[in-house]
Amino acid sequence: MKFKTAYLFLLGSMVLLIMGIYSGEASSTLKKAISICLSCIGIG
Amino acid sequence: MISLERIRRFVQHAFSLLINSHFYIFGTAPIYQGNLKYVCTPVLNCYSCPLAVTSCPIGALQSALATLRPTFRAVGGGIPQAGLYILGSLGLVASVVGRMPCGWLCPFGLIQEYLFKLRTRKLALPRWSRHVRYVVLAIFVVLLPLFWIDPIGFGETTFCKFICPAGTLEAGIPLLSLRPELRQIAGVLFGWKFLVLVAIVVASIYTSRPFCRTICPLGAILGLFNRVSLVRLHHDKETCVECGACRTICPTGVSFYDGTDSANSPSCIRCLRCYSICPVCAISVTTEQGRKVINQCTPKRRAAS
Repeated sequence: MKFKTAYLFLLGSMVLLIMGIYSGEASSTLKKAISICLSCIGIG
Repeated sequence: MISLERIRRFVQHAFSLLINSHFYIFGTAPIYQGNLKYVCTPVLNCYSCPLAVTSCPIGALQSALATLRPTFRAVGGGIPQAGLYILGSLGLVASVVGRMPCGWLCPFGLIQEYLFKLRTRKLALPRWSRHVRYVVLAIFVVLLPLFWIDPIGFGETTFCKFICPAGTLEAGIPLLSLRPELRQIAGVLFGWKFLVLVAIVVASIYTSRPFCRTICPLGAILGLFNRVSLVRLHHDKETCVECGACRTICPTGVSFYDGTDSANSPSCIRCLRCYSICPVCAISVTTEQGRKVINQCTPKRRAAS
């Protein structure tokens, strides 16, 4: 069976994405993105 | 037929506007706080920018790594929040088109392209400088957020804090302009970040896309997919007349006509300017199986025999 590398990476990325959503990372990303982190942008 | 370069320019502007479309900046919330910020767009666009409506994957990745220890301890096991969502989001795009978002979507790349249009003497970057972005990725995006821990146990988002010029331009300066009370707490750190931004702006006038080529950690991640992505560039050595036009026009200094680089080099941002300029259509955009994705090239010169 011939391996299609691009499809393997695509599949791997989907698995990572689903695992990330399952672990609540999407909500954490949103939480961080909706508040200004002043020290992160060099203020404070 | 509209040229590919014109289409690219339109897409760059449209996408930059689309992800920076929170024009209600004088309202109660200083930044957009809606659900679109779940989405990590594969470009360097600070999510603390008053106009931004989506998330920056590099900022989100650092935040995930910086909070890895305390959150892992709090939930007591399970799948750790180690940036899987962000890496998955990036991987989905990059495994299809590689580093194409850098050339077609990134607002910070667009700004650098405009700066490079200024008429001055242009300078070349040394080849070794293209490896610096991997060092920046490893140290400032992964290692320091993981291991530079504050007394409470949280890491530092060091790339955003000390380097990211997009953050200074899109978030730091606008926020200081919109909220005068913040000016009192902007100190040495902001001064440093402003200097970094000025250095990048000046460098962009003299050399093409210096930030993308030497520092950008997002470009470093996406570039790794260039060789394995579904859509690839193919250079036909038989057809090539070795005129060097592709090398001259390449914004990231990739030189594949003479064998120095691969057509799918991690430095290539897939702007497809080489595809448009090639007089003999020796460059094609193909799928993994070799099927042509774009068929817009007409030979302007006879191919090598």
